[in-house]
Amino acid sequence: MWLYILKRVLQGLLTVWFIATATFFAMHNVPGDPLTNDRAMTETTRANLEGKYGLDQPITTQYLIFLRNLARGDFGISFVQENREVNDIIREHFPVSAILGVLAVVFAATGGVLFGALTALYRNRLPDYLIMFLVILGISVPSFVVAALSQLSLVSLNTLVGFTVLPVAGWGTVMHMLVPALVLGLSTMAYLTRLMRSSMLEVTSSDYVRTAKSKGVPPTRIFARHQLRNAILPVVTVLGPAIAAITTGGFVVELVFAIPGLGRYFVEAVQQLDYTVIMGTTVFYGAFLVFMVILVDVVYGFIDPRVRLDS
Amino acid sequence: MSESSFNSVPGDDQFVHSAGGQLAKLAVYAMAGLALVIYLLSVLAGEAGSTTSGNAIDFENNAITIALREEPPQLDANRATDASSNVVLAHVMEGLLGYDIDAQLVPGVAERYEIREDGATFWLREDALWSDGVPVTARDFVFSWKRVLDPETASQYAFILYPIKNAEAINRGEMPVATLGVRAASDRILEVDFERPTPYFDKLVAYLTYFPVREDFYNSTNGRYGADADMLLYNGAYVLTDWVHGSTMRWVKNDKYWNRENKGFLDEIRTAYITQDINAKLNLFKDGQIVDTHLLSPMLPTAMEQRWQIDRSMDGSVFYLEFNHRDDRITRNKNFRRALQLAQDPNELVYKVLKEPSYLPGVSLFPAWLSGVSESFQKEYPPVQHQMNVEKAREHLELARQELGIEEFPPLMMLAGDTPIGLLSAEYYQQLFRKHLGLEFRIDVQIFKQRLEKMRQGEFDVVLSGWGPDYNDVLTYGDLFSSWNLQNRGRYSSQDMDALIRIAQSELDPQKRMDAFGEIQHLLYEDVVILPMYERGFSFVVDPRLKDFRRRSVGPEVDYNYAYIEQSSE
Repeated sequence: MWLYILKRVLQGLLTVWFIATATFFAMHNVPGDPLTNDRAMTETTRANLEGKYGLDQPITTQYLIFLRNLARGDFGISFVQENREVNDIIREHFPVSAILGVLAVVFAATGGVLFGALTALYRNRLPDYLIMFLVILGISVPSFVVAALSQLSLVSLNTLVGFTVLPVAGWGTVMHMLVPALVLGLSTMAYLTRLMRSSMLEVTSSDYVRTAKSKGVPPTRIFARHQLRNAILPVVTVLGPAIAAITTGGFVVELVFAIPGLGRYFVEAVQQLDYTVIMGTTVFYGAFLVFMVILVDVVYGFIDPRVRLDS
Repeated sequence: MSESSFNSVPGDDQFVHSAGGQLAKLAVYAMAGLALVIYLLSVLAGEAGSTTSGNAIDFENNAITIALREEPPQLDANRATDASSNVVLAHVMEGLLGYDIDAQLVPGVAERYEIREDGATFWLREDALWSDGVPVTARDFVFSWKRVLDPETASQYAFILYPIKNAEAINRGEMPVATLGVRAASDRILEVDFERPTPYFDKLVAYLTYFPVREDFYNSTNGRYGADADMLLYNGAYVLTDWVHGSTMRWVKNDKYWNRENKGFLDEIRTAYITQDINAKLNLFKDGQIVDTHLLSPMLPTAMEQRWQIDRSMDGSVFYLEFNHRDDRITRNKNFRRALQLAQDPNELVYKVLKEPSYLPGVSLFPAWLSGVSESFQKEYPPVQHQMNVEKAREHLELARQELGIEEFPPLMMLAGDTPIGLLSAEYYQQLFRKHLGLEFRIDVQIFKQRLEKMRQGEFDVVLSGWGPDYNDVLTYGDLFSSWNLQNRGRYSSQDMDALIRIAQSELDPQKRMDAFGEIQHLLYEDVVILPMYERGFSFVVDPRLKDFRRRSVGPEVDYNYAYIEQSSE
């Protein structure tokens, strides 16, 4: 067990190192650098700035310096937000993304499990058709459309009732979080609903359910103990990566709802070629994703005794 | 799916019924759990920073709420380069001179000034104070300007101070900073020596790079000058009291400001939202959360439905196709450039393709809002009336082909930005030149910084480019195509042009100086240095209760310095 975890962690570190290295060289290969600006610079100014940020060193030296700092957990100072350390940016803005992400995942998981069970139970009846139709919509409509539409509906709602029911954008109270989290979790919820539905149907036709029925076990007990509990396993499996994906993928929603999360920095850094922030956010998100995947694999061993981690 | 193996058995309905009840029960538990989670998260969210949610207009506190496009990178005026910093700094700082509500140059920290051939003198007012109550002195300007030019500071806008004696040499590290031609003759008198005659120096000092910095305060910030609200000293109509990075700012009326009778009427300006999403801003405006927003043409129907008063303003910038004049390029051939010039029509681009009602078709490098000697520059020096003429264009193309000695033209590279308008324009030119001239252009779409780098490296034949003004004088555009200007990325080089620009820079007689600009304008057309596309404008809406809000062509894009709330007549 412990050996397995150790192996996975080492693999994870290797993955993160690979992500960091690939990003580093890809980033330096793009035309331009963080100092490029629409007002052209004199040679002296450029040389001074390059010296200040160590961009005058050969690329391999820069890479080694980066690795050394990475080992110490220091990503350096942002090129654009000149007085802010990348670590501070992550520390201040990731919690916002995380809170939004957690809520989105909670929405997605609750909704997914409940709706999935519902559709399986009422298979080929009205609730099934209705929900599965919505699921298709939820999976296929991109989040920026849903975000913009829901924001627009909020405006209309507020105008209709004459006061602010839910704020249109911004951050800080629970009211600000509800709609963005729902939008962010929507496609995952749709995906989980489908997963839960097929998983439920599979369980329903399994031998142990039939046996339980024939033994005369009360329906509520069969449903909760034998069906739901077994059907939920695949959902737990995808939940880990889903948490990571939702937490790191909220850029569009953060933009539309003007939420001060990390996603904005992640994307804007690429546009501005802000080397240190690109590296910091990429490595951080990469590590986060890898960690979640490992966590799920380990937790799975506890939930499902059939999975033997040691072998 | 394994649905096919599932067969209906009797008693199924009963099972579904009770299981459904169970599911409903679970749903209720889930809701309760959800409520708990939401409550816990909301407690956490409060810790992780928040945006003050308020109304666009807060009568009680005489305050307004606005949205910023981007978080200012930092608020060190000596080094700021971006539009958001410009907006904030224009409200919390003041230079020697400033702009009044009609964008006319008016005294700021200096109560009067004099510009001579060899230099300038500024007399500072006595009641100009820093936000800690200490008077703003000539020494604060000397310190600031020396700091800008110090190569160590590596200020990207240092070039704007080059008219000062020795400035350029200092910035290149060839002379010591102490030799800069500026000194404080006393607390109240600032003396400047020029490198060359600079008749437009008064317009330069209104720019933010010229704003004062107090030495003792600067030293006390330990290299974090302008990084936070308390790492800056203010002398403008407002002071920054809160700055939560990435989310909010509060600008509060500066009670030490000398001109508070004429400027800074609001008690508080809250920048509660930072978003580039123009749709989100429109929704915030509609919901009464922010006082103003600009509109793109697809939004105009909505705005009209709402019966909003829609205003327009020019944002100051001009966009044009720039040619690569380097030796190995086909675009170096003048007949080739002439052919492209004759085959296109900016009116068609603006009215039929872009359809932005606030844009003006480009007729010149010098936009319509610039002033000449006594009235608008374009009125005094009308640009060449351009006529599209495909036949003549083909003749010139044939001439170019013969001059270049080639069978047919190879595909050419058209570099463009990744904005919707940029793409649309590029595609328009692509199909236009294919249709009229049989030329094949490949569009190379790049994000902002990569486009700039490719321009610098000369990796293009034509590029969709633009220029925004730094100061309110024709020269802010006029010297773009001098052979020594680093901004001249197509490397256009002509002795006539250089000679005219030298006159435009230093001629003291306003008429002669403007004549030079008139000739520059003509030469730009005759030599087909660029093809003007459009002058960019904005349609925008403002809360009707807020008066005297301005959008500017020069300086901050939005200006609340003179804005006030009209008290309702109820």
